[in-house]
Amino acid sequence: MSMSAAPSPARPEKPRVGLFVTCLVDLMRPSVGFAAVKLLENAGCVVHAPVQTCCGQPAYNSGDRGTTRDLAMQMIEAFQGYDYVVAPSGSCAGMIKAHYPELFEEDPNWRARADVLAAKTYELTSFLVDVLGITKVNATFDGAVTYHDSCSGLRELKVKTQPRRLLASVEGLTLVEMQDSDVCCGFGGTFAVKYSDISGAIVEAKAKNIEDSHAPTILAGDLGCLMNMAGKLSRDGRPIQVRHVAEVLAGMTDEPPIGAAKANAIK
Amino acid sequence: MTVHSTSPQFKQNAARALNDSQLQKALGNVKQGFIDKRQMAADKLPEFEALRDSARDIKNHTLEHLDLYLEAYEEKVKASGGHVHFARDAAEARDIILKICRETGAKTVTKGKSMISEEIGINHHLEANGITPVETDLGEYIIQLRNELPSHIIAPAVHLNATQVEEDFRRVHTHLDAKRDLSEPVQLLTEARAVLRERFLAADVGITGANFLVAETGTSIIVTNEGNGDLTQILPKTHIVLASIEKLVPTLEDVSQLLRVLARSATGQELSVYTTFSTGPRRSTDADGPENYHVVILDNGRSSMLGTAFEEMLRCIRCGACMNHCPVYHAVGGHAYGWVYPGPMGAVLTPSLIGVDKAGHLPNASTFCGRCESVCPVRIPLPKLMRHWREREFERHLTPATVRSGLQLWGFFAKRPDLYRFATRAAMGVLGFAGRQRGRFSWLPMAKGWTQYRDFPAPQGETFQQRWKRERNGRAA
Amino acid sequence: MSARDDVFGNIRRSLGVNGTETIRRQMVQDRLERSPKGVIPQRGQVSGEERIALFRTMVETSLATVTEVASSAEVPQSIALFLRNHNLPATLRMGDDPRLNAMPWQDTTLEVAHGPSEGRDLNAVSHAFGGIAESGTLAMVSSADNPSTLNFLPDNHIIVVSAKDIASDYESVWNRVRFAYGKGSMPRTVNWITGPSRSGDIEQTLLLGAHGPRRLHVVVVRE
Repeated sequence: MSMSAAPSPARPEKPRVGLFVTCLVDLMRPSVGFAAVKLLENAGCVVHAPVQTCCGQPAYNSGDRGTTRDLAMQMIEAFQGYDYVVAPSGSCAGMIKAHYPELFEEDPNWRARADVLAAKTYELTSFLVDVLGITKVNATFDGAVTYHDSCSGLRELKVKTQPRRLLASVEGLTLVEMQDSDVCCGFGGTFAVKYSDISGAIVEAKAKNIEDSHAPTILAGDLGCLMNMAGKLSRDGRPIQVRHVAEVLAGMTDEPPIGAAKANAIK
Repeated sequence: MTVHSTSPQFKQNAARALNDSQLQKALGNVKQGFIDKRQMAADKLPEFEALRDSARDIKNHTLEHLDLYLEAYEEKVKASGGHVHFARDAAEARDIILKICRETGAKTVTKGKSMISEEIGINHHLEANGITPVETDLGEYIIQLRNELPSHIIAPAVHLNATQVEEDFRRVHTHLDAKRDLSEPVQLLTEARAVLRERFLAADVGITGANFLVAETGTSIIVTNEGNGDLTQILPKTHIVLASIEKLVPTLEDVSQLLRVLARSATGQELSVYTTFSTGPRRSTDADGPENYHVVILDNGRSSMLGTAFEEMLRCIRCGACMNHCPVYHAVGGHAYGWVYPGPMGAVLTPSLIGVDKAGHLPNASTFCGRCESVCPVRIPLPKLMRHWREREFERHLTPATVRSGLQLWGFFAKRPDLYRFATRAAMGVLGFAGRQRGRFSWLPMAKGWTQYRDFPAPQGETFQQRWKRERNGRAA
Repeated sequence: MSARDDVFGNIRRSLGVNGTETIRRQMVQDRLERSPKGVIPQRGQVSGEERIALFRTMVETSLATVTEVASSAEVPQSIALFLRNHNLPATLRMGDDPRLNAMPWQDTTLEVAHGPSEGRDLNAVSHAFGGIAESGTLAMVSSADNPSTLNFLPDNHIIVVSAKDIASDYESVWNRVRFAYGKGSMPRTVNWITGPSRSGDIEQTLLLGAHGPRRLHVVVVRE
């Protein structure tokens, strides 16, 4: 698999986008990051991926504000030079957009910098549709998919219509809505491990809704939720493919689906 | 706190609930019964979102001036011939109520549904002192027969099915024909109506809660669908209102704003069937109603929430929408939370009232999906407040040691990008290689919580940053 | 220190105030005197026939029934008909409301009793203080004219409301209450009634007639 085209040379009028690839995509599924790069470049952006680690959300949600602030400052510095910051995750973009400013309530200098970063940070599909005005992608995908609305993207960033709008333009793809697509999959970061019984029960309900949609593929915009759903579906032996929405929108579905064996993949 | 808390055993409670097939079936009713109805009610009222803002603002204004509104309220109650009693804590409230009951010579006391009365454990206190309390809300009556706590703040018996109720009625209503048919819910309702009608007519004191207290007029307000709260307060000689300090609202106009969001958020009704405004005892022009009117105003830790982040929690109007929309509540039900208030509002309020050392699990057992906040009629940022509790736990070193050290290790790397890239590259290389055949792991060291219920998808091997550097170095702009 | 002093002290300490601040006191006084209205849904902001039609629709939405009569003289016959149609005994309890008393009950075969209910009546009639079109709500005020027990104890409750007393919204009713009882004063009980008694406590199944009336019937008097 490779990029469809070499990145075009930077033009001044082209937005300079810092890709916040997110730690899960970085470590677990880099192909999602490259799909995001392709989508952004096709849309005329110049994409940079500065050295990065994590937005700090695991520390934030565990009550460790000190570590969160350190990581937020690191992020603010790393991404200060770009017109926009885009992440293939509603959760991580939401962390920056909705929560960074409140981390620095007592520090006007950093607060101002956090505000600047928050204002220019977007979830991938929302950036393509809401900021760049993209309504179509050039991709083909054969068959029906169902879409899970990840919670932070949906509720913190109002990501709901954007991925659906773009998916509607994918040739050969039909979107079948499942029951309760906007209900949590039970991931919740460390919740999935700390309260695994409850998380297991919630993802079980989700898996049932996915199966009941009869779509052979489930898409979402957050890798955490996707890994949770993929892990549950494969554990239960439900033969449903799980992918990040960016892979489908970029037409980059050569890699095996999340949690699937490489052997079956077309290399 | 006399109401025993099993909140520290939340995990065990939750595990038990998850394995209780009857409970799981009953919990399906929560999803079916509330969510669509609320949405339809909200959709039917174009001003619903504006009313939520209005409701939030009214509550905020009142809390910021709570001392003054309480003073104004107290003055009005006295002027209308009623009595106001202040209680610092549960024990004081119980004693005040017992004293009033004794002065009335009460043998039986009917009760309208009141979460505060659950909070102070008044029933056991009255029983221990020879007075019989009778819950009259159908759901509360059922759980009183079972000696349980409510599992939901507006649907106390939502964890039960009709067969269980039938068994309880047969066990307790022994004066009725043993062969009677109780196979239909309506037969259960009819039986409860007949049994409780006699209790209503015989009661000496009626205790209700209050959804709101109005400073402008000294009025207490209860909202019910059954009418039990009204029979509780107009039939006995004495009406005792038990309310906590944050129930205050300034005016009748303000309470009208709140009422427009309360029932819609709770049950999807335009308005509950009975909204009752009570002011003082019966007048000389009245033909019925209580001769004595007492209001017991309970603090029980709430005044200490003012001026802190948790002040926002005091806006809560107890509609139950947060738990109706909570995936965790749907999975484990209300009893798992281990005390009086379940669901997201309980996860924030309970640590304030019984201590975060006891209720620490509650604010942690959330995915932060945010659905509760998205439906809260007074826009309480419940996930944010749960996070505040996690911060307090972290500061006080109440966070479990394993979580803490895991975080420390992760934080160490995350704060050192070069080391992080090096370490993750190595780790993902190993994991990717190990998982390349199946594409997933059904077991991983230190990830038992995850792999107990689902597989762990294998990483692709190379990290994004590694590949980016390889492919793009010197090429990208 | 008394519990009262302690509670107030704690509230003030937490809020960082002492209770004597002029601006705060002024704001509170002002709100209590002005009673600002807030957001009033457009839905109810209609008049004349439209308002009565909305009221009727909303009453029916609340699972009550509603009928109209041209004048108060027709009320007894209308109620007798309602009871007959539902196979209910021709008995009726009411308070001392002069508007109800002035109606020609003698023209019907109804057996009318007066005074509050002791819990054994099947049917009762009350006169509403007003109606609220926005939600199909009846506003009842307590007195010997219309005892509160009649609103709750009988199986079948009939409420008579004058068309002219049907308001758009709750706020309009509060204005009338203030006019009748004085600003800051209230009758002992104001009941807003929106439909017949119900419960969903058994398996979330909606059942009518929990503790209050199983049936609520509204008679709108047009004159």
